[in-house]
Amino acid sequence: MTNILAIERLTKTYDNGFVALKGVDLAIAQGEIFALLGPNGAGKTTLIGIVCGLVRATSGKVTVDGCDIAADYRRARQKIGLVPQELATNQFETVLEAVRFSRGLFGKAPDPVHFERVLRDLSLWDKKDQRIGALSGGMKRRVLIAKALAHEPQILFLDEPTAGVDVELRRDMWEMVRRLREKGVTVILTTHYLEEAEDMADRVGVINQGELILVEEKHALMRRMGQIRVTIGLAQKLEAPPEGLSDLPLDLSADGTTLSFTQKGEDCDDRLGALLKTLVARGIEFRSVNSERSSLEDIFIDLVGRRR
Amino acid sequence: MNVYAIRAIYINELSRTWRTLYQSIASPVISTALYFVVFGSAIGSRMQAIDGVSYGAFIVPGLILLTVLTESVSNASFGIYLPRFLGTIYELLSAPISAVEVVIGFVGAAATKSVILGLIIFTTARLFVPFEVVHPVLAFLYLVLLSMTFALFGFILGLWADGFEKLNLIPMMVISPLTFLGGTFYSIDMLPGVWRQIALFNPIVYLIEGFRWTFYDIATLAPLISLGLTVAMLAACFAVVVWIFRTGYRLRN
Repeated sequence: MTNILAIERLTKTYDNGFVALKGVDLAIAQGEIFALLGPNGAGKTTLIGIVCGLVRATSGKVTVDGCDIAADYRRARQKIGLVPQELATNQFETVLEAVRFSRGLFGKAPDPVHFERVLRDLSLWDKKDQRIGALSGGMKRRVLIAKALAHEPQILFLDEPTAGVDVELRRDMWEMVRRLREKGVTVILTTHYLEEAEDMADRVGVINQGELILVEEKHALMRRMGQIRVTIGLAQKLEAPPEGLSDLPLDLSADGTTLSFTQKGEDCDDRLGALLKTLVARGIEFRSVNSERSSLEDIFIDLVGRRR
Repeated sequence: MNVYAIRAIYINELSRTWRTLYQSIASPVISTALYFVVFGSAIGSRMQAIDGVSYGAFIVPGLILLTVLTESVSNASFGIYLPRFLGTIYELLSAPISAVEVVIGFVGAAATKSVILGLIIFTTARLFVPFEVVHPVLAFLYLVLLSMTFALFGFILGLWADGFEKLNLIPMMVISPLTFLGGTFYSIDMLPGVWRQIALFNPIVYLIEGFRWTFYDIATLAPLISLGLTVAMLAACFAVVVWIFRTGYRLRN
């Protein structure tokens, strides 16, 4: 798959000396959903800001579908849509005026059919003639998405899109993201709701203190860095953990009725399978098997915490 | 050139005028009409003619400029400051638009509003004071040029200001007093010695003199000096705007 976004050795030092980005390299494939995670002040918004033209990079290179964002900014920016973190809207405009204005800014003639499709997708069509100031916070968020999609971008940046948004709207929004992906749109999102990233993203990047400390396919990441905790309820009491399983850090509960172990790494499932086979082979009966996998959130906290 | 973007900004800005019709058009027209009633009809009829022009007619060009200059600055400064204040500036900065296109959109709209305002005031003045314009085409072109120049200056002000107070500071505390003292109500030849010399440091004097020349073909100062100064101001403001966009001053952090 070709890369729609390529970032090379990107740095940003603000006038006050704060180093927001320290040589970030990143490539995003066309049509993928990429989640950029990081604590507050990690550099997520600066990174997005540079790609979108809001912030000037100190050094480095960014290309969008082969177009340099500095030398060929017109073609590069035409391919990008941005939904900012803040609810920045002109309260006095109507929804349709706002969407029409956005499309015009990106050099495209008004397209009533596209406007209707976008507004209907976001459940805004019946509010198209309402002033934005009269809408709820969630609806304003939808207007920002509609504005970002007004010029049919190839890459959509969603900077904390579900912050302060109710559950229903959040679900609708992710439905829309899935539909965009089906149309080939690349979606790059930052979110504090890590379960959303876990649910939606193809790949995950973790940025901390201006450094991209990890970029990995989500499932591979969870296999590699995740851990599984297995608890086996035994039918009979054991005096000691079964012998011959010394490679597994097995714990036997004080009452001898529960075996448990915690395993990190990719071969958790294989290990569990081997353990159960061994128990059966030795005639040790069990009543229940429970397993708990760590979430992306656990991995994220572990990763970022280690670097502090 | 991103013509759609220019059009979008231009229409968006004019729509703002339409939404605030009273503040944008009615209020300045009524204020200026009061000057014509007081100085043109009531007091003007008892004043001596200046250079063969009745006092009521003499003050018309200056009063038109008094409104046009302040409104050009206010409209353009507010036009670009509002997106900065609301945070919607992100859209302009992330769009495929050059600095020149942004300026054409904002300054074009502000200048258009000011020219319309100038024409309304001109028409209103005719209701109170009889006068004829000797060079109507030149008068119109000069009005357009002045509107563009001061709208461009207002655009810089809107980029520089970090609060509404600063936004109002220049039109209220600088442009208005300079226009009042720039020969709106008198010819600078009427000023005694040293005050005349001091008045020559006021750039608005030259602009009003030039505009009055297009009306009545009378001028204390050479009209070409007025034109040259206006063009120089326009060029200087444009250069500053280009510098702001190149460096990202107060725009791109």
